Amino acid sequence: MSSLALILPLLIPLATAGVGILAWRSRRLQRAIGLIGSVVLVIASVWLFVLVREEGIQSLQIANWQAPFGITLVGDLLSVALVLATAVMGVCVIVYSFGSVDRARESFFYYPLMHVLLMGINGAFLTGDLFNLYVWFEVMLISSFVLLALGGERAQLEGALKYVTLNLASSVIFLTGIGVVYGVAGTLNFADLALKLSAFEEQGIVTTLSMILFITFGVKAAIFPLFFWLPASYHTPPAAVSAIFAGMLTKVGVYALIRVFTLIFNQDISYTHTLILVVAGFTMVTGVLGAAAQHEFRRILSFHIISQIGYMIMGLGLMVSGNPAAVRLAIAGAFFYIIHNIVAKSNLFLISGVANKLRGSYELSRLGGLYASNPALSLLFLISAFALAGVPPLSGFFGKLMLVRAGLEAEAYVIVAVALGVGLLTLFSMTKIWAEAFWKPAPDESDDESAGESPGKAAVRQPGMALMMAPIIFLAVLAVALGVFFEPVYNFSIDMADQILDPRAYIEAVLPPEYIEQVRGGVK
Amino acid sequence: MEVLLAIVIGILFACGLYMMMRRSIVKLVIGLALLGHAANLVIFVAGGLRRGAPPLVPTGADAPPELVADPLPQALVLTAIVISFGVVAFTLVLVKRTWQAVGNDDIDLMRATDT
Repeated sequence: MSSLALILPLLIPLATAGVGILAWRSRRLQRAIGLIGSVVLVIASVWLFVLVREEGIQSLQIANWQAPFGITLVGDLLSVALVLATAVMGVCVIVYSFGSVDRARESFFYYPLMHVLLMGINGAFLTGDLFNLYVWFEVMLISSFVLLALGGERAQLEGALKYVTLNLASSVIFLTGIGVVYGVAGTLNFADLALKLSAFEEQGIVTTLSMILFITFGVKAAIFPLFFWLPASYHTPPAAVSAIFAGMLTKVGVYALIRVFTLIFNQDISYTHTLILVVAGFTMVTGVLGAAAQHEFRRILSFHIISQIGYMIMGLGLMVSGNPAAVRLAIAGAFFYIIHNIVAKSNLFLISGVANKLRGSYELSRLGGLYASNPALSLLFLISAFALAGVPPLSGFFGKLMLVRAGLEAEAYVIVAVALGVGLLTLFSMTKIWAEAFWKPAPDESDDESAGESPGKAAVRQPGMALMMAPIIFLAVLAVALGVFFEPVYNFSIDMADQILDPRAYIEAVLPPEYIEQVRGGVK
Repeated sequence: MEVLLAIVIGILFACGLYMMMRRSIVKLVIGLALLGHAANLVIFVAGGLRRGAPPLVPTGADAPPELVADPLPQALVLTAIVISFGVVAFTLVLVKRTWQAVGNDDIDLMRATDT
């Protein structure tokens, strides 16, 4: 049964995409298939989540090729929690798309592509093999390329070109890294790598390998100084696409970093994790300063993705302290921050789409008066923005609290100061959006040629607005709930951190005991 | 043989990067394709270039009778080639559409989304 639970998050989106392509003649049918597929995916993910929570790490050897020779799927607490988050975001974005994505895009396989994207993300979370991770990255990238360019507007194509180039360059580095890892260790299975590299004699080579992978995953996660593809492209596609990209894609990179730098490359922590910590600080600062210079709704949010990635990487980097309690809290905090960020950040992108639909622009100078015309939307924006900035009792506050506590316990005062300062600047950016888009009076467009019909209250009754608002309300409630019912989530995060920081359970769940004995024996 | 291939890989990487630095988007695609080939060769070489029997296990036996060549790097390279084929095909179409939308293939003119 457990094998079925592990593979369903991959099979369901695949089947949905396949059936969706067959139904290309009817947009209504495509929508129905897309929605049903994503709801079934949530159910399957909940099943997998409960299974792993109750029975520990699950693993599946594809086609019964025993690890380390075959491809392994592994579900531990970190990966299944992220799979669940992916599934929930999938439903939200697909429902939102019903109200916002235009006919042409829908006819050109928008929903099947979305499901292929979900499959790629889930695959990356569940795989237990480095080369398989590359394959899932490519599945995810190809579908994101098409989603990004779908529609063929000039800005989209230019953004897509930059996105494609930098991501392909990172894939080439990844592939090169895989080749060298295989040459050094003779295996690509995560668990087997963890076993073999920890006993490897020339640790310098291992550190070099870790840096190749750090750069690769760093590009995907958009860390400093490898993030340039992100603000160049994320503001170009429809808001629904931006939201799923912002919520999930960079998190896959962060997940890969956490997986690799806790399980495999934990030999020379004082070098590798110090570097991660320094990069985390720079990522936070450059992201938030970049946002301060922007005056377009989604560009501000894009830069904030980068600065938030810094917080997650900071949790990983704090492993350097060596104080077990601090490390545990730091990893738990990074995980909580990922979940919080998926919810809050995606929601802000969804809200930007509504603002665009109401006012026909993402430019802050042309937005305005949304509070007067749409107080409910404004309130939802405030909840998500305050959650992002870390105002209690919303989700972001607890994420930051955990990371800052961990930083203080680890005596890493500089990074703590940076994190707090960046939090303040985040609030500044959110206030800027609030003041410009919601609070200030609507700009007088009488001299503007684009002001044909006056938008305003009438626009609220546009078709599809309810479909767009439903996921926004749901995610805002989720952001509040993550803060108010913090304790169960906190306990889960701590359990997850314990599991991540003790790789033995992971190794034993994947490899047969005789094999582990043999490798350990061979080392002695 | 390894040395020869290492030099070839170096040349491929150099050519690929050089092409990517050019301003034309068509050359960008060629550069990306060259980089992909270089990475595939890295896997091939890193897996070890050994002459050996095909990795086949005779009926009734548990292991191959003699030293065999490692089949895994070839499987990896094959997968990577298929993927890069698809990606390059997509990139070509993207470049054509971009050229149609922008009316030029000079990457310096594509600054609408820069920050």
